[in-house]
Amino acid sequence: MHVGVISFPGSNGDHDALSNLEADLGASVRRIDYRETSLAGLDAVVLPGGFSYGDALRCGAIARFAPVMAELQKAALDGMPILGICNGFQVLCEAHMLPGALLRNETLRFHCHWTHIRIEQTGTPWTNNLAAGDILRLPVAHGEGAFYTDDEHLAQLESDGQIVARYCTEAGEVTPDANPNGSVANIAAVCNEQRNVVGLMPHPERATNELVGGADGLRLLKSLLNQTVVH
Amino acid sequence: MATSLQRWIIEAEIMPKQGVNDPQGDSVLSGLKLLGFSGTERVRVGKLIRFDLRAASQDDARNTAREMCERLLANPVIEEFELAVHAAGEEG
Repeated sequence: MHVGVISFPGSNGDHDALSNLEADLGASVRRIDYRETSLAGLDAVVLPGGFSYGDALRCGAIARFAPVMAELQKAALDGMPILGICNGFQVLCEAHMLPGALLRNETLRFHCHWTHIRIEQTGTPWTNNLAAGDILRLPVAHGEGAFYTDDEHLAQLESDGQIVARYCTEAGEVTPDANPNGSVANIAAVCNEQRNVVGLMPHPERATNELVGGADGLRLLKSLLNQTVVH
Repeated sequence: MATSLQRWIIEAEIMPKQGVNDPQGDSVLSGLKLLGFSGTERVRVGKLIRFDLRAASQDDARNTAREMCERLLANPVIEEFELAVHAAGEEG
């Protein structure tokens, strides 16, 4: 299993992803510079958290035009598993590889704490190790994580099964209080129609070992190991 | 024969779409109320992007600027925009 992690100028979650995918998942990893134009030899790609291009204009708006993104679009069409975490999620939305957009948190505060999410869609390469209704405890660290889509598109996402996870209480109830940022319908993660591209605001790569306070992120990332490995 | 290009100043006003939550606008509104400005009921915070552009005509400049907004400057999922196009020199 060869996993690439894209480093954009301003990414800061790339090293967490690289070291934890290697140490705790057992994947072989490669840092991909944003200027690279080939993803050859990779089975999956992660777009990490951070502040690509200093969040200039809008989060993810400039990273979308990085040279590596053209290749990523092609790989997505070919079915490669792609995961955008936090800023990576924002980049994938700006690139129109995922639906919706991420807005400023409703509280206007940067939220850095543990949350719970309830898994809904397990038919993605990033969640197939989980069961629908599973509750994961994962950390968030973002100022602009309020998922937004209008009512019409929300209904479409619901009926197409593109909502991968929602913020919930520890007991798994999807309540307004469990929603840290004002996301519509408590949405924490979505996928594209083909299911191979997933974006989520919480950080599974920062919860891969009890040593760092939790290992629920590893349960999610282990889904990758069910993938047919080409490389 | 080469077309002569003129320099235009474009102002793109980008605002959150109707229905999109704008907590920043809500905070500004409560600040205004705290200062005693009771006549305001609604505040929306957007952004203004001003740039220059060479184009053969005002229409060409506007069309190019619209494309810039659609492709980068605004995100159509959450934002709408309005353009003002002035001949350069009308303002600093």
